[in-house]
Amino acid sequence: KWSCFDVTRMSQHAANGLPGRVKLLNVDNMNPNVKRVEYAVRGAIVQRAVQIEKELKEGVKKPFDEVIKANIGDAHAMGQKPITFLRQVLALCAYPELLEDDKFPADAKQRARRILEACGGHSIGAYSSSQGIDCIRQDVARYIEKRDGGIPSNPDNIYLATGASDAIVTMLKMLVCGEGRDRTGVMISIPQYPLYSAALADLAAVQISYYLDEDKCWSLDVAELKRAVDAARQHCNPRVLCIINPGNPTGQVQSRQCIEDVIRFAKDERLFLMADEVYQDNVYAEGCKFHSFKRVLFEMGPEYSTAVEMASFHSTSKCYMGECGFRGGYMEVINMDPEVKAQLTKLVSVRLCPPVPGQALLDLVVNPPQPDEPSYHQFTKERATVLATLAEKARLTEQIFNTVPGITCNPVQGAMYTFPRIALPQKAIDKATEEGLSPDMLYCMRLLEEEGICLVPGSGFGQREGTFHFRMTILPPTEKLKIVLQKIREFHVRFTQEFS
Amino acid sequence: MSPRVESSGGNEKQNRKCSASTKSHSSTRQSPVGEKKMSAMQEISPHVRNMKQLQYAVLAKRASRIKEELRQGVRKPFKELIEVCWGDPHRGGVKPLTFVQQVLAGCVYPQLVDSDKLPVDVRQRAELLLKGCAGGSVGSYTATRGIPEIVHRISEFITSRDGGAPSHPENIYISPGSQWSLMNVLNVLVDGEASPRTGVLTPRPCYLSSNLSMVGLGAVTVPYDLCEERGWELRVEELHGALESAKGVCRPVALYVINPGNPTGHVQSRESMQEVIRFVSEKRLFLLADEVYQDCVYGEQSEFLSYKRVLMEMGPPLSDTVELASFHSASKGFMGECGLRGGYVELVNLDPAVMKCIYKLFSTDSCAPVLGQFALDLLAKPPQPGDPSYPLYREETQHIRSMLVRNVKRVFEVVNGLPGLCCQPVEGGAFAFPRLHLPPEAIQRAEEMGMQPDVFYCTRLLEEAGVFVSPGCEYEPKKGTYHFRFCIMVPEEVMEELLRRLSSFHTQFMKDFS
Repeated sequence: KWSCFDVTRMSQHAANGLPGRVKLLNVDNMNPNVKRVEYAVRGAIVQRAVQIEKELKEGVKKPFDEVIKANIGDAHAMGQKPITFLRQVLALCAYPELLEDDKFPADAKQRARRILEACGGHSIGAYSSSQGIDCIRQDVARYIEKRDGGIPSNPDNIYLATGASDAIVTMLKMLVCGEGRDRTGVMISIPQYPLYSAALADLAAVQISYYLDEDKCWSLDVAELKRAVDAARQHCNPRVLCIINPGNPTGQVQSRQCIEDVIRFAKDERLFLMADEVYQDNVYAEGCKFHSFKRVLFEMGPEYSTAVEMASFHSTSKCYMGECGFRGGYMEVINMDPEVKAQLTKLVSVRLCPPVPGQALLDLVVNPPQPDEPSYHQFTKERATVLATLAEKARLTEQIFNTVPGITCNPVQGAMYTFPRIALPQKAIDKATEEGLSPDMLYCMRLLEEEGICLVPGSGFGQREGTFHFRMTILPPTEKLKIVLQKIREFHVRFTQEFS
Repeated sequence: MSPRVESSGGNEKQNRKCSASTKSHSSTRQSPVGEKKMSAMQEISPHVRNMKQLQYAVLAKRASRIKEELRQGVRKPFKELIEVCWGDPHRGGVKPLTFVQQVLAGCVYPQLVDSDKLPVDVRQRAELLLKGCAGGSVGSYTATRGIPEIVHRISEFITSRDGGAPSHPENIYISPGSQWSLMNVLNVLVDGEASPRTGVLTPRPCYLSSNLSMVGLGAVTVPYDLCEERGWELRVEELHGALESAKGVCRPVALYVINPGNPTGHVQSRESMQEVIRFVSEKRLFLLADEVYQDCVYGEQSEFLSYKRVLMEMGPPLSDTVELASFHSASKGFMGECGLRGGYVELVNLDPAVMKCIYKLFSTDSCAPVLGQFALDLLAKPPQPGDPSYPLYREETQHIRSMLVRNVKRVFEVVNGLPGLCCQPVEGGAFAFPRLHLPPEAIQRAEEMGMQPDVFYCTRLLEEAGVFVSPGCEYEPKKGTYHFRFCIMVPEEVMEELLRRLSSFHTQFMKDFS
């Protein structure tokens, strides 16, 4: 009956019915909030990059052989190797018959057995409870206690999630309410990781932007927070303060003093603090140290530690693991009203449960091999190598970019990205305006077409009016990274000349 | 970002306003000790507050306690709990499919692929799957819709399932479980701040997560009754009735059907599905077809037909104009890989501009877990005759199939043999949903204890017989009717034990309350 249809040639459009007819669900009657959702990290430039990759595969000649996707914080995609121990345990969990195999070390087997014991039917294919497997949450709590110098962590306050993003969106979903001038306002940095702006648009929350100081290495100034919140009180009800530390896209690692100031500010302004700490192991610069918001909060004493409410987020996608594809993560909620917590528990049940392999992976991250265990040496070595390589690449990136006239690059103190400022000639800005593009999008599109390097324009993250940036990951292997930096340098010079 | 200004209206306004105390925003205000919390109940999204609290949570706590007591050696009339409240075959004791486990292990730890530990076709499949991963690692993000090769194989699977009706990969999104993509599609349909409120027609009884998702987005659920006496059939008059009831209350935009049914186990006939399609076309409703149990069909007269297939075979203009989202998952069927979180949605006849927005929405989720995507691939393309793994695969799936057929038969026999219990034939799906005809004394006792009668029954069943089922009120059935739901995807011995305990408990219960 369907033989007359050549499925491969049928366009998506043709497969979707009569063209030209007004659809039942259309842009005029769909949820207006969804129309405002943008997520630059996977936006138009990436779609073009994918198209170019297809063309290359089909043999189309280009000035380059491959597209380097330096747009997304995906370490494995750029060649970083998985940590052996983690994958061994996960393989044992996936196919428990391997527990009989003597090629797997004892400590890997012990952990796999423990995880499987906690799974329904001893299978990672069973649902877990919505908040996450109990013993894993207990392990996470112990890890947090150890990390934070002994400050207690209650497993009941830990919610495992499908990546940190899931937990962040869930919290926001819960906190956004009110109408008109009462509508919840949420503070987020400029520049920011665009999951936040997308979620706020989707939830019709009011985004309250606070600017990070580019001249001071993207540091956060409480005076700026104050300015932003005071202005916002005119038209909304500010209730949440989001902070990403180490920062994305900026990579700045906040000083302890700064974190204390933010906590004080949150208390004074009665703001729920959301601390996105997924890059907590990715700290490179001399003199920089990761301080968890929770630790600082509790070390500030009971006046703050009993009053400030916060949630902190972590993930298995970054740090030294880079296991983005597992979608593992958690949040810890602190000082939350028990009735509100009950609402949160209710809300997470709708997604049933987070992926069990991701939960298992998280368990290994918080419960790594100990010095007396067989896998310890290899594990420690692999981890140290990954982090050292990232640190080296961070340094290299800053160094090379700062040799390019017209590119200014702050030190990459942490995380996985660089967010350099680019000076664009007025003619380029005008051309972009003509084409309906933001100037840094024009720049990045050209770079993609000419050199096969995919970055994300700064306009996707937010930036001060009249400034332009791009975000590039520091993840390609060192030799390739050097070439990428070189090509960008050459491109920038060419581009500037062309539009002068 | 410009502030949102709301138009007032709708009787939800009281609920939505934040408490008065938050209005005093003095910036130099000191926070006195004992001041109320920042995140107090009044300042929580009203949509979230409106979501029902689950009975499950209360029963689960009791079940945990019982398990702990058993571990500590406390004497009970049973040695272990039979947990059949969720549609979770592995939890129920069904063995995972060997091929699936082997492929996943090979993908997670590719060193296995180089050794002889795994059969040749497992190694080949693992290599193929890893080739579709950036950097050859399951730890990489994937494209938003899912790994393109896998999405492509899913579209081929759909085409083959639907007798050749074409399926386009760009209409398919893989997500962490089917509920996730249902929520994304609902998000496009539902404006939570709209006045009048957006409505979605849902079956009564209905799978609870779906209803909760709708409420959580700010939609109103508009129930249409399924006809219990006729095996939980969907009757189009009920759909009309539901629409009537929505007048003046909300603006219905979509119809949600579950086929095969959850909790009901009903499998729709082609005629019934055609009626539904004509109804949504006439009433201009978006059709949400939850088809995750499509591989679970047991009734001899029953056959699963997808809504897409029935729609396409009805021809134009319906096949070109009815807008449909159909959902499937790796959590059910023989695979039962609930914990991997692999599901997908196929979107049919949607507006291209809307599709662009949907793409952006899914992109903020990054991508579905890679192992979940792999599970879908194995669902779409299982071992074939001639493959080394095929004999074992066939043996395992046949075993599960005959187990299910036998379970369904036994449940029907035993449950219908108990006075006060009555169960419609389970034609498909993962559950039995028997009706409880409780004696008035039992209902009264339940009310005295502040419990729903079926919760009371289920609590007793858990405590006294160690069987953990789900009370019918979770599914919002017709008022004054009581049921419980239990999963039938368990090994035969477990089912026999369950039925034995249930019979003995039920007989005693009826005696106690007569």
